[in-house]
Amino acid sequence: MKVEIDGLGLRYGETAALDGLTCTLDGGKIYGLLGRNGSGKTSLMSVLAAFRRQTFGQVRVAGEPVFENRRVTRRISLITHTGETTDIGTAEDALYFAEWLRPDWDGELARSLMDAFGLAPKAKVKEMSTGQRSAMGAVIGLAGRAPLTMFDECHLGMDVPSRKIFYDALLADYMDHPRTIVLSSHLIDEVAPLFEEVLILDRGRLLLQEETPALLGRGTTVTGPADRVAAFTAGLTVLDERRLGPTVAAVVYGPLDDARRREAAGAGLELAPVPLQDLFVHLTADPAGAPAAAPAGAPAAEPSGEPR
Amino acid sequence: MFDDRSPIYRQIADRIKTEVLTEALKEDERVMSTNEYAAYYRINPATVAKAFQQLVDEGVLYKKRGIGMFVSPQAREVLRDRHRERFFTDVVDPMIDEALAIGVPLADVVRRIEGRDAR
Repeated sequence: MKVEIDGLGLRYGETAALDGLTCTLDGGKIYGLLGRNGSGKTSLMSVLAAFRRQTFGQVRVAGEPVFENRRVTRRISLITHTGETTDIGTAEDALYFAEWLRPDWDGELARSLMDAFGLAPKAKVKEMSTGQRSAMGAVIGLAGRAPLTMFDECHLGMDVPSRKIFYDALLADYMDHPRTIVLSSHLIDEVAPLFEEVLILDRGRLLLQEETPALLGRGTTVTGPADRVAAFTAGLTVLDERRLGPTVAAVVYGPLDDARRREAAGAGLELAPVPLQDLFVHLTADPAGAPAAAPAGAPAAEPSGEPR
Repeated sequence: MFDDRSPIYRQIADRIKTEVLTEALKEDERVMSTNEYAAYYRINPATVAKAFQQLVDEGVLYKKRGIGMFVSPQAREVLRDRHRERFFTDVVDPMIDEALAIGVPLADVVRRIEGRDAR
């Protein structure tokens, strides 16, 4: 389902959780929603799921506004970071309720996921551990097959084996039933390969939207003798510089073509890709409390930017 | 433009290229599907599709619509030629630099190579 967000704002009293956010999700992809704490990820998903009404701006899902629009909201699912939040009854009851709510519910998938996560149907939701609640949330989110499914850090409470089960199930079911999936996470390097596109929020606005492989190709660490690194990086966007004695490692942002790469090799400089997590840290860095600006070459507020 | 230096892409492309070079994948053989690669590497199928497209552009794979991806008849030759071109700059030159840096006389390196050749 296509998602159009235009100048979206959400205020809690004096606090602007979303501050004029604009972006478009073409749909049918797995999107990664990244941002530091308080950047607006949860607020955005809450507005998209019609849990909250925006203060200003517009949201359209499949061409329609979502707030108090049941025709659209029954096709939108948001699993929060607390996982399954229905505290009444057993796991089975929670599945029954989800089946009633979700037109595309797949009971067989729900049962096989319950088994994979080791969840007992008769277990009381209220007595579940954090990890079990998260797993319940994942089961309900995946088996619901909502055309727009959002997971807000729902896997954070899971241990490593459970997270692997979740990632495998998410990919497998997405490939069998392509739909729009939005996943927010702080475990960036762990989830980055799952995303077709990444959106980074910063202070309630869109800092960047880009296809994952292209974004990963934009960061390069240049390591070598200080003077040669300085000469090579002159004119490039340098996000970070670390020095160890005579050696400098500079993180540059922007594509390097083959000629530049040969030049680096010729100067005895080492080039290495930058993991998304590190790129994220540099792009959202806030040394002086000033608003982070997208560096030159970053396609801020542009859908799936090509290098321009 | 897809960046062929991104780590996820390289993993897939290198794997397929190595399999072609070692003939684990033979010419006109079908390669695993996008979804099989995606599940195996736990990566987005679109990323795999782009890696495949890049290999098609390089003449390593070809596409049969509705069936899948196959190894080009000339794939092994193409890869061998390309690797040969880069062999001296990518493998031999760094070895010479390393030998000089640690004080191994190049004559010793040459003798070693010739000894290996005589075996």
